[in-house]
Amino acid sequence: MSTLTTPVRAPGTTSGSTPVRRKSKAGWNLLGLLVFVTAGFPVYWMLNTAFKPAKDAIDPDPSVLPTGLTLSNFSRALDIADFWGPVGRSLIVSLAVVLIGMVVGLLAALAISRFAFRGRKIVIVGILAVQMVPLVAMIIPVFLLLNDLGQYDRLTGLIITYLTFILPFTVWTLRGFIVNIPKELEEAAMVDGCSRTSAFIRVVFPLLAPGMVATSVYGFIQAWNEYLYALMLLSQKNQTATVWLGNFTTKHGTEYAPMMAGSTMMAVPIVVLFLLVQRKMAAGLTAGAVKG
Amino acid sequence: MSADTTTPAKVPPPRQAPPPPPVAKKPPRDRASGGAGAPWLLLAPCLLILGLVLGYPLVRLVTLSFQKFGQSQLWGFQPAESVGFDNFTKVLGDSEFWAVVVRTIVFAAGCVIFTMVIGMLIALLLQRVSGWVKTLINIALVASWGMPIIVATTVFKWLFDADYGILNALLSKLPGVEMIGHNWFASGPQGLAVIMLLVVWGAVPFVVITLSAGLTQVPQELEEAARLDGAGAWGVFRYVTLPILKPIIVMLTTLSVIWDMGVFPQVFVMRNGHPEAEFQILTTYSYDRAFVVNDYAQGSAIALLTVLLLLGVVAVYMRQMLKIGEVE
Repeated sequence: MSTLTTPVRAPGTTSGSTPVRRKSKAGWNLLGLLVFVTAGFPVYWMLNTAFKPAKDAIDPDPSVLPTGLTLSNFSRALDIADFWGPVGRSLIVSLAVVLIGMVVGLLAALAISRFAFRGRKIVIVGILAVQMVPLVAMIIPVFLLLNDLGQYDRLTGLIITYLTFILPFTVWTLRGFIVNIPKELEEAAMVDGCSRTSAFIRVVFPLLAPGMVATSVYGFIQAWNEYLYALMLLSQKNQTATVWLGNFTTKHGTEYAPMMAGSTMMAVPIVVLFLLVQRKMAAGLTAGAVKG
Repeated sequence: MSADTTTPAKVPPPRQAPPPPPVAKKPPRDRASGGAGAPWLLLAPCLLILGLVLGYPLVRLVTLSFQKFGQSQLWGFQPAESVGFDNFTKVLGDSEFWAVVVRTIVFAAGCVIFTMVIGMLIALLLQRVSGWVKTLINIALVASWGMPIIVATTVFKWLFDADYGILNALLSKLPGVEMIGHNWFASGPQGLAVIMLLVVWGAVPFVVITLSAGLTQVPQELEEAARLDGAGAWGVFRYVTLPILKPIIVMLTTLSVIWDMGVFPQVFVMRNGHPEAEFQILTTYSYDRAFVVNDYAQGSAIALLTVLLLLGVVAVYMRQMLKIGEVE
């Protein structure tokens, strides 16, 4: 098969003279820029609308380029409803979920990836299975449960609930990162006299750190962005940041420009955080450890 | 413990080469820390949390779907009575339900396929572009990933707005196209296509970033060796990259199926909290039954059927995952 298919696509990888390579690089870059523009446009348009005068936002012939710079949409967004309360609550919930989730998840991931024990398969199936439960399906019983526990309209209730959504994913992803770290590294450390625990702390943990960062960032974003449960489990006075955004849509329609300003305020910190850890993630997980 | 006799053989499960049993060198204290109890101890907190807040409600979901449970039961005026399979026969006998099922499957399949294919293409592209282009794409991807779904949904609503949306305005600039005032949400299929685009746009970054991390683990030597042996770009991808990435791809596909079958806020918010019949997918349909019609039992029955349907869809992947788990 390979001999049949290879000649067809060969031109793309001609490792010939440098001009050819540079030319193909330019082609890829052009394609890359197209991806950048397409993927980034919604975000750009959010920012564009947020900073343009509200009057220009409802121009029937909108200009793609910025038409002016104003912060009035932001002050309008802050006026509509309390902003910092919801943001604070979202932060508390998301951080608590990530911290607890990483500790609990890492332990569980270690168990299913580094130990052979009876029932391991059942646990793996179980963790995979609980991920398949659509969250919307659980809203009725979860509501009834939290109500019974006196946790309705409490942040702790929301934290426990989010934890169960994020744990299966955390365990599964960390497991993937752990099994990618060659067991031989650990075994070598153990041969050299490390105990199982110290082999993990000295050898596996440093290699796992980027993966853990990636997983926690993902968990944080998930918790921060969740909408339905935050809407249903907390009352209006305890609303979180995502629900706060709903304040812009009233019976009279949506105030798009202030809403885009509100969206910008919520999305920008997350995106900055993301960009910071992105580099760590890209560093690669075991790069260097095996190749030495 | 009786397990002690079996642990020496089990503790270091041989990875690739089973013949030489690498047991001999281990000091005994490692055996103790790797005993049969250790993994369960590590798992305990996780299982406890999942059991309480996921296991119990799941059981409650099942019992609910076999009861009559409306407003009066919710407020405790009347006890919930068991009604057997009544809820299910009602739901399954409803032709609207089957239309919703088909719509959900088509929608989710479209989302998953587009997400995975586009994600893979972008991940591969990222390896070939210059550093600055890579940075730009990463910024765009991270930005769209970081966007809360509800924000993204509203931004798309704004982009596709009939009168003031930028998309209609741009399309109308093309010769012979007059799209101003075109309502993308007038018909179900078109509206769901827009929502699909929104879902894919939000899901692709995670796929790209995960696959990119995976791609850095593909040994350069292997790719070079394959190239020296005469493999083209496709050959290297098909016979070197793809097999190494397979566990990640399977994981991503499984998760995508689960997530895309469970799409809710996108449809819910896009239709202002009241999706029309043509926009109903299983999740919104279940929500609608429970919280709009106030028939919590029927809502639960629909949710349960969704879970069962999903079990069928993902069972195939689960088997593959377990196979991979064994190899590892």
